[in-house]
Amino acid sequence: MSDTLRPEDQLGGGLPERAPPPSTVGIQGWMRENLFSGPINSIGTIVAIGIIVWLLPGILEWAIFDATFVGVDANGDGSITRKDCLVENAAGLMTLEGACWVLVYVRWEQLIYGFYGSDGSIWRPTIAFVGLLLAIAPLLFDKVPFRRALLWFAFAFPFIAVWLLGGGEWKLSSVLVFYGLIVAILPLLFDKMPGREILLWVTKIYPLFIAFLLFDAILDTLLGFSIWNTLLGPLAVWEFSPLPALAEVSTHKWGGLMLTIVIGMVGIVLSLPIGVVLALGRRSTMPAVRLLCVIFIEFVRGVPLITLLFMASNMLPLFFPEGIELDKLVRALVVVVAFSAAYMAEVVRGGLQAIPKGQYEAADAMALTYWKSMYLIILPQALKIVIPGIVNSFIGLFKDTTLVLIIGLFDILGMAKAAVTHANWIGLAREAYVFVGVVYFIFCFSMSRYSIWLEEKLNTGHKR
Amino acid sequence: MAKSTRKTTTSRSSATTRSQAAAKKAAPKAKASNGGSAATVPAAGMAVTDEVAIQVSSMNKWYGDFHVLRDINLTVNRGERIVVCGPSGSGKSTLIRCMNRLEEHQEGQIIVDGIELTNDLKKIDEVRREVGMVFQHFNLFPHLTILENCTLAPIWVRKMPKREAEEVAMEFLTKVKIPEQAGKFPGQLSGGQQQRVAIARSLCMNPRIMLFDEPTSALDPEMIKEVLDVMVDLAESGMTMICVTHEMGFARKVANRVIFMDEGQIIEQNEPGEFFDNPRSDRTKLFLSQILH
Repeated sequence: MSDTLRPEDQLGGGLPERAPPPSTVGIQGWMRENLFSGPINSIGTIVAIGIIVWLLPGILEWAIFDATFVGVDANGDGSITRKDCLVENAAGLMTLEGACWVLVYVRWEQLIYGFYGSDGSIWRPTIAFVGLLLAIAPLLFDKVPFRRALLWFAFAFPFIAVWLLGGGEWKLSSVLVFYGLIVAILPLLFDKMPGREILLWVTKIYPLFIAFLLFDAILDTLLGFSIWNTLLGPLAVWEFSPLPALAEVSTHKWGGLMLTIVIGMVGIVLSLPIGVVLALGRRSTMPAVRLLCVIFIEFVRGVPLITLLFMASNMLPLFFPEGIELDKLVRALVVVVAFSAAYMAEVVRGGLQAIPKGQYEAADAMALTYWKSMYLIILPQALKIVIPGIVNSFIGLFKDTTLVLIIGLFDILGMAKAAVTHANWIGLAREAYVFVGVVYFIFCFSMSRYSIWLEEKLNTGHKR
Repeated sequence: MAKSTRKTTTSRSSATTRSQAAAKKAAPKAKASNGGSAATVPAAGMAVTDEVAIQVSSMNKWYGDFHVLRDINLTVNRGERIVVCGPSGSGKSTLIRCMNRLEEHQEGQIIVDGIELTNDLKKIDEVRREVGMVFQHFNLFPHLTILENCTLAPIWVRKMPKREAEEVAMEFLTKVKIPEQAGKFPGQLSGGQQQRVAIARSLCMNPRIMLFDEPTSALDPEMIKEVLDVMVDLAESGMTMICVTHEMGFARKVANRVIFMDEGQIIEQNEPGEFFDNPRSDRTKLFLSQILH
């Protein structure tokens, strides 16, 4: 023994480091721990393997090996139909053996863009989608190259997207309301920007301007007299495009995945801040504010989304004066945002309640104002706690967008449904729905993974 | 202990204070244990002025039907260090939480730094800017680093430039002897370290008055000393302090006045020597006999 003693052994300590037992590391260790850690777990593993072995070959055969991917223009008249997928079976009949993905191939444009292509060019939504990815990247990840520039782009993106997708020429008042919003928000976002003082004036005037236009609209419908129109004369009805003019594509033509993403994104981007404000309002010490928020949240939560959509599409026009028609898509957006904001408010409220009283007191004792303490202390912690709930709401919202089908907007599912009812594609419901399912899954699963990643990233505070 | 004594010795010039400091040095366990025997001399050189810092007059407070604070009258002069003690539920925490309006009082007057505390939010914030508070459970912001915890209020309330705020914060973190932790998160620090950060955080606002709400009650015994040392240093710098604490050794060492509260009333107040050695009311005697043994 003594001849194996090294100097550090004699000092007490310094036991040599040994490799862990082979059964705890590597593939063997992983399997032991995850697949065969006990009798129940082992049975579960074997049953699961059995089910996979039983089902997988059939699925693969249908989806890939027996499937038809590209159609041939057999008749020479430019039409490709389900006939291209038919195979002669043993009895000599023509049947469908595997999946007929030709449907997706032929209907691709409608599934993705709806009828957009009939009025405009589909390069516009395509560019808008690329822009969306560029705008989201700096918001989701903080280590993106050119992040600062991309953040500016993200701020401008909603306005670019409306111009790209909608196009057309607008009246002066619409231009002022829409683009004025950028100028009004800018100085609130950036503390140190050139000309901030001047822009702050716009910020102050903007709400007054909106109120004036609303008042003017009411005046117009009741008395047939508009201050705005009288003052500006021909200028009030003059239509123009502040950005390079693009052909107008009515929202009736929007559809497919594009519509799903538009509704989903607008819902996600707006429902969180509105939900936060509602949650804070519900906890407010001011009774009127609290009551308003409670009524809104409870009313919206107590009614199914479908009902709200119906009300928006059928009842709302009754309240509007004749001649004024709010775009169908805008109505759907308002409903979806309101609906998810009400749910979001309750999720956020859960987070607010989880913050210890001491945090509020420490913020108060520092003379932070209410909004500063919310923004700096309470909300960062509360929102972090409820990330799973928030993303859960987002995923639910994204899938619920498909209900706009009821009011005659055709999202990707609506388009798929329309495709399979066509005589050319009878009997191909499986293919259509599997495709739509896969698309939804890609989006929802990405959101889920992102939320897990974000939770881990923000978890620095409590772990060593 | 050793450190603060050394500081005292070097910073004094008069012969008498020097001998006092020497006397303190001679009693080695003066502050090591709670309510230890020695040092009845409050740390010298901390001038109490005639200027009034906090004036509480005929103040009453209720929680629903429960009368928590009953006819409180208290004047704190600038530079004064007051220790408030009493059994739990006696209203001592509530009292100092009224002084920066974390709690609202229903009757009477509280004037802090010449500003009366009313429902006027601007006045309340004015007071809170000048009054620092240290809590029993530290209440650091767990999502921010130590440095960010310290710079938050100077940047957002005092509108100090970020770099300057960071310099000030590092200065105070050095004073509480944990500058090396600046980049960590509160969850990574021990209780004693967290409480020292909390003190530094308050000091970064350059307050004129500091309130301590049982700052050592949530700490492990071996961490109490490091926090008390920081508080003693602070007292020696002349800060106006009101401490709710049961650390009687600390009270003897730095307090000008000890206040004893029970059932929402101030039962007795006196300078620490008299208070501990010669308590007047029976209730005080009972309390002292319970905590000093």
